Amino acid sequence: MSKLKNEILSMTALELGSAISSKEVSVREAVEASLSQVEAREADIHSFVTLDAENALRRADEVQQKILSGEITSPLAGVPVAIKDNMCTKGLLTTCSSKILGNFVPTYSSTAVERLEKAGAVVIGKTNMDEFAMGSTSETSAFGPTKNPWNTGHVPGGSSGGSAAAVAADECFFALGSDTGGSIRQPASYCGIVGMKPTYGTVSRYGLIAYGSSLDQIGPLSKNVSDCVAVLSEIIAHDEKDSTSVDYDITALKNALDGDVKGMKIGVPRDYFGEGLDPEVASAVKEVAKKLESAGAVVEEFDLSLVDYAIPTYYTIAAAEASSNLERFDGIKYGYRTKEYAGLHDMYKKTRSEGFGPEVKRRIMLGSFVLSSGYYDAYYLKALRVKALIKKAFDDAFAKYDAILGPVAPTTAPRLGDSLSDPIKMYLGDIYTISVNLAGLPGISVPFGVDSKGLPIGVQLIGDCFKDDRIVRLAYAYEQMRGEFPTPKGGIE
Amino acid sequence: MSKQYEMVIGLEVHVELATKTKIFCGCSTAFGGEPNTHTCPVCTGMPGSLPVLNKQVLEYAIAVGLATNCEITRNCKFDRKNYFYPDNPQNYQISQLYLPICRNGHVDIETENGIKSVRIHEIHMEEDAGKLIHDDWYDASLVDYNRSGVPLIEIVSEPDMRSAEEVIAYLETLRNTIQYLGASDCKLNEGSMRADVNLSVREVGSETFGTRTEMKNLNSFHSIMHAIKGESERQIDLLESGESVIQETRRWDDTKECSYAMRSKEDAQDYRYFPDPDLVPISVSDELIESILAKQPEMRLEKKKRYKEEFDIPEYDINIITNSKHLADLFEETVSLGAQPKKVSNWIMGETLKLLKEKEMDPEDISFSASHLADLIKMTDAKEINSTVAKEVFEKIFFEDVDPKAYVEEKGLKTENNEDLLLEVAKRVIEANPQSVTDYKSGKEKAIGFLVGQSMRELKGKADPVAVTEMLKKLMS
Amino acid sequence: MKNIIDDATIEYVGILAKLSLTEEEAEQAKTDMGKMLDYIDKLGELDTSNVEPMSHAFKVQNVFREDVVSNGDDRENILKNAPEEKDGMFVVPKTF
Repeated sequence: MSKLKNEILSMTALELGSAISSKEVSVREAVEASLSQVEAREADIHSFVTLDAENALRRADEVQQKILSGEITSPLAGVPVAIKDNMCTKGLLTTCSSKILGNFVPTYSSTAVERLEKAGAVVIGKTNMDEFAMGSTSETSAFGPTKNPWNTGHVPGGSSGGSAAAVAADECFFALGSDTGGSIRQPASYCGIVGMKPTYGTVSRYGLIAYGSSLDQIGPLSKNVSDCVAVLSEIIAHDEKDSTSVDYDITALKNALDGDVKGMKIGVPRDYFGEGLDPEVASAVKEVAKKLESAGAVVEEFDLSLVDYAIPTYYTIAAAEASSNLERFDGIKYGYRTKEYAGLHDMYKKTRSEGFGPEVKRRIMLGSFVLSSGYYDAYYLKALRVKALIKKAFDDAFAKYDAILGPVAPTTAPRLGDSLSDPIKMYLGDIYTISVNLAGLPGISVPFGVDSKGLPIGVQLIGDCFKDDRIVRLAYAYEQMRGEFPTPKGGIE
Repeated sequence: MSKQYEMVIGLEVHVELATKTKIFCGCSTAFGGEPNTHTCPVCTGMPGSLPVLNKQVLEYAIAVGLATNCEITRNCKFDRKNYFYPDNPQNYQISQLYLPICRNGHVDIETENGIKSVRIHEIHMEEDAGKLIHDDWYDASLVDYNRSGVPLIEIVSEPDMRSAEEVIAYLETLRNTIQYLGASDCKLNEGSMRADVNLSVREVGSETFGTRTEMKNLNSFHSIMHAIKGESERQIDLLESGESVIQETRRWDDTKECSYAMRSKEDAQDYRYFPDPDLVPISVSDELIESILAKQPEMRLEKKKRYKEEFDIPEYDINIITNSKHLADLFEETVSLGAQPKKVSNWIMGETLKLLKEKEMDPEDISFSASHLADLIKMTDAKEINSTVAKEVFEKIFFEDVDPKAYVEEKGLKTENNEDLLLEVAKRVIEANPQSVTDYKSGKEKAIGFLVGQSMRELKGKADPVAVTEMLKKLMS
Repeated sequence: MKNIIDDATIEYVGILAKLSLTEEEAEQAKTDMGKMLDYIDKLGELDTSNVEPMSHAFKVQNVFREDVVSNGDDRENILKNAPEEKDGMFVVPKTF
C-alpha cells in the first residue's frame, strides 16, 4: 500500500491529494516524503528559513483523522505546502528573511495560510526570500541566498525564491509566494514551475507583512496550472479584515481548464522585444504564440506603450510605501532591539541600522526622500499620475485582447552574485512583471522549456482585472500542448 | 508698554468619539482597564495587520460637520502621517490631510461683546495614540496601547479668535454641540476633548499676522486660559525687546504655568503624508447625509425655544439646563414622568448644581435616574415628606441613586400626619412653655417659631411644619 | 549624475527614516540615490498635467466595519514578542 518516496514526490499536488483521498498514500507518508527530500536537498539549495518538521507530522495525523471522518474534503487535504516567510504563521517563526524579525513568532496567521490549513494542507516550513521581498534574486536574505535547483551556481529568482526552489526541488508540492513587482512570476520562471499573481484584492493581504501595500499580492507557486487553480480556489475569498479585499467569484476560474481557446484574442506587445531581451527568451514567446494560434486563438502584435516608464514609477511608489510600512520595526513591540543605546532616537536608529540589510535601507532612504517635504509632488504624485497612464494603456489593450503574452524576465536565471552590484541593472530585470502590479492585473508565468545553458525559460500571460480565468485558460491549453516539463537535474556550473 | 497689541488665536480641538470600538479594529474604547488589555494586532502595529474603518466614526464626523455648517467632502480618504514615537505603534498615524471629511464651516459664539462667527477650516478623522507612563524608579517609560486607535476628530478653526474669552466661548459652543449630537462626552479631564492653541500677537490695527506658536497639551479651560495669557505675554515681551517670535511647537506645563519649546534635531516635523494604501476611498452619498440629518437630535437653540413655549420656568434656568445635554435630558425625562416642570427645574438649579459645585463634578457626571427625582417630587407634593427630609433624601439619590420610596420607608422618614398625635404633642409643648404662650398671646408672633421647633423635635422632624403651626395656633386662640 | 545628493540630505533623510549610516554607507547611499533619482526623472518626459494621481488601481470604496466589540483581552499575546516588558506594558527608553 505504501508508495515509494520518489513516486510520491513526482506527483502534483492534486495527484497527491487524490492518492491521499483514496488511501493510497497517508498524510504522514506525504509529509515524511517532503521532509526527507528537504533533508536531502537543503544543504545545496537552502529553500527554507524555518522547517517545522515536528508540528507538520503532528498536523499530518490530525488532518488524516479529519479526512477519514469526512470533515475535510478539499482536493489539497493532506498535501505538504511551504509558505514564504513574509506571511504570518501562528506559533511559527516569521522573519521576512531579516535580522530585524529574526525572533518574531506571530500569535496570528495570515488569512491565506489559515484558509489553506482549514482545507487540510500541511505547512512544513517557511521559505527564504529577499529581505522584506526587496530583491529579484533571493540574495538579499539575511540568512544567505537560496540556489536554483536546476543549477546551484545560479539564483532561483526572487523575491519568492525559496518558495520557487522548494517546489522545483520537490521539497513540497506547492508553495505560497507574494508578488509586488514580479516576485512570484519571475522565480517561477527561473525555476521552471507555474507561478501566478491573481488580481489585486482577490487574496486577502491580512497577515502578509507589507512591502508595497498597493502592489503586494499573495499567489501560488505550483507544479502545473491545475494545481495553481486548486490553490487559488482555496485562498481566493473576501476577507473582512482587509479593506482592499474584493468578493470574487471563482466559478469561471475553475471552469477554465478545458483547453478550449478558440477565438480568444492575444496581444503581443512589440515594445517588449527591445534591447536587453535574450533572443532565446524572445523566441520562446513566439513559439508559445504559435502554439496558441494553432489551437484557434488569434494572436496580434501591438504597441502597449509606456513600457519604459513602469520601472521608475514602480520604484518610486514601492519605495515610498515601504519606507512607511517598515517604520513599525523599531525595537519596541517585537523583533530585534539593539543592545546598547543612549535614549530613544539612538535606540531607533541603531536597531534599524543593525536590523535591516543594505537593499532594504536603500529603498527606505529613497522612499523617505520621495515623500519628504518639497519632493512629494515632483516624485510621488508624479509616479501616481504615470501609474494612471499605465493603467489606461492596459485598459486600451484589454478592450481589444483577452490576454497579453510576453516574457517574464529578459533572461533566464543569472549567476549568483551577478545582480547585486548594480541595483538599477537588477531593477531593469523587472520590466515585464512590474506594470502588472501597478495596474492590479493578474499575471501567470508558465514554463516553456530550457535555454542553451539548461536553465528554464518561462512565458507570461497578463489579463484584465478579474479576468484571471482567461489567462488560466490560455496557460492550461498551452501546458497541455507543451506536454511534460523536465525536472531539474541539479548540479552546478 | 507703548504699543497696543491684540491676540490672534486659532484652535485645533481633538475630540474622542463616543464609539464602542476603535476606529480601525474591534477593540473596546472603554476608559480605564488594565494596560494593553484593549489591544489587538491592528492597534499595536503588528506586522501584517490591516485597518478597517468603523462606520460609526464616519457618521459622527459627518454629524459634527453638519452641525457646524461644514461642507461634507463627498470623496474623501485617509493619509498616513509618518513620525516615530513610542505611543504611535506603526510609527505613522492614520489621519486625513489631503481630503478631510468636512471643510469650510463656522460656529456662532456669544461673549459679552455680542455674537461672533468663528470659521472652521476643516474637520478630519484620525486615530489616537497610546499612553506613555514615565517610570522614574526604572528610569524608563512604559507604553500602554489601550487608547491607541481610539477614534478622534480634529476640528481646526481659522485664526478668528482675539481673546481668551472668545476661545472659551468657542470651546463651550463646540462641546455643547457635540454633546447634543451624542458624538462625544467631551470630558476635558478624561482627555476626550483637548485643544492645541495657535497664537500670535500683532499691533492693534495691523492687517498682517504675526509669527505664531503652537501650544500642545491643554486639557482644561483653566490651563487654556492661563496658557493664552502666558504665551501672549511672552510674545509681547519678545517684540517689545526687539526680538522676534520663532514659529515652533511649545508644551504647556500646567503645574509650572509656563510653556517650553519642544525642539529637537530628531523631530524633523516632516510628516511625509501620503494616501494610506491599506484603506479605500470613502464616497459619501446623499442618502447617508440625509439619514444622518434625520437622526440629528434637537439642538440647543431649538430646545431653548421649545422650553420657553412649553414650560413655565425662568429664562435663566432654561439657559443653564440646556447648556448641558445631560441636564436637559434629565429635566425632560423627570417632567415626562409627571413632575411639575417648575419643581424639577428648582431641584436642578438648587440642590443639583450645589452638589456638582461642591464635588467639582460636570453635569455629565450625574448618574441618578430621573424616575427617582420624579418620585421624590411626588412625595413632597403629597406631603409624605417635608422639605428638610426631601433634601436629605435627594443627597442619597444624587450620590447613590437610591429609590426614595424604599429609602423613606426603611428609615421611617415619612411625615407624621396623625391628627391625634399632633394634638397631643402640641398640648404637651404648650403646657411646658407657658412663657412662650404668653409672649405669643401678647402679640409676639415670632414666639410661635420656638413652639413649632419644640413640637417638630418631639415628632423627630417627621411632621409637616405648616400643619404643626396651625394646630398650635388653634390651641392658643 | 544630474541629481547630486549632499551629506546634509543624507543626514536629513536618515533622521526621517531613523537610520544611521556609516561614512561608507552614506557615500554609497549618495551615489545610489542620485542614480535612482536620475532614472526616476525619466517620468518628467511624460505630460501628466491632466492626469489624476491614482493610488488604487481600481475602484473599491466604502469598506466599513460595524461598531461592535469583537476583541477581548489579548494582552498576553500582544506582549509575547516584546524585547522588554514590565507591568503589562512595553518598556522604552525614557521619553519626556
